[in-house]
Amino acid sequence: MRLGVVRFPGSCDDGDALRAAAIVGDAEVLWHGDRDLRGVDGVIVPGGFSYGDYLRVGAIARFAPIMGEVERFARDGGLVLGICNGFQVLCEAGLLPGALLPNEGLRFVCRQVELDVVETSTAFTCDCPAGERLSIPVKHTTGRYFAPEAQLDELEARGGVLLRYAPGHNPNGAARSIAGVCNEAGNVFGLMPHPEHAVDPLTGSTDGLCLFASMRKVAGAVLAA
Amino acid sequence: MSASAGPSGGAGPSGGAGPSGGAGPSGVRARVLVRPKEGILDPQGQAVERALPALGFTGVSGVRVGRLIELEIADPAVLPEICERLLANPLIEDYEIEPANPVAPTQPA
Repeated sequence: MRLGVVRFPGSCDDGDALRAAAIVGDAEVLWHGDRDLRGVDGVIVPGGFSYGDYLRVGAIARFAPIMGEVERFARDGGLVLGICNGFQVLCEAGLLPGALLPNEGLRFVCRQVELDVVETSTAFTCDCPAGERLSIPVKHTTGRYFAPEAQLDELEARGGVLLRYAPGHNPNGAARSIAGVCNEAGNVFGLMPHPEHAVDPLTGSTDGLCLFASMRKVAGAVLAA
Repeated sequence: MSASAGPSGGAGPSGGAGPSGGAGPSGVRARVLVRPKEGILDPQGQAVERALPALGFTGVSGVRVGRLIELEIADPAVLPEICERLLANPLIEDYEIEPANPVAPTQPA
């Protein structure tokens, strides 16, 4: 399986995303100005400050040439993972419901949080241990998940909330403690925490690996079919 | 949800009165106000509101922080679409297009 990691001007977690992807498969960079996904089996839109976060987080990046291809890939059922700024970009692109607002406390938060895996039957969480919490870092200023109440109800009813901050761990005031959501088809997933920073015991946790391993399982099965 | 839009394409001079009548060769100057939707928590506004009493200003409430975008545009009819697609995120923000003024001819030095 080969994962492509998009690199925008201002991306800064693409290096770690490539490293995490390389643990479960092959990994390569997808340049923001290209209109070619190079035949990858999955796409990661990484964290950072794409286009300086000018105007609004993710607002400019979503119009990058590569994003047209990512949108087509997603609509064709390809696996797309958005992490932090990548999550914001996918929301702006309309590939995921909702939006990310400035943290309730206005502060940049950078800390390890505990996450409950709400759904373990999805393409992004099928390799996560059921009933166990993940310890993964967050680092953001604009991570407060928001959607209108009716949309949140709908999202929860269809099992679209894959990750929640464990009680007492909501770092930003996210609605219903939502840390990560997927689209209706289940092939696009965005989350504020950084699983790519939790793949090596050196940095304290390897809990992020199960998300990438899940992608390998699903993309690998498609490849084998 | 209803974005409080409305391209008030009229010639209401807001602020500096531009030369009314003939539109400038490069279109009109317009301002777009973007603000957090009502009901959405605005921590920036709250922080500003909390800072005011420390400066001795009391009786200020309902502070909301948004942004102002100024632009010159040849065809103001497309402004609402520009707002919907880029300048504002209609899910979380309302926008308002201020009456456009013709671009003033270049001032002689």
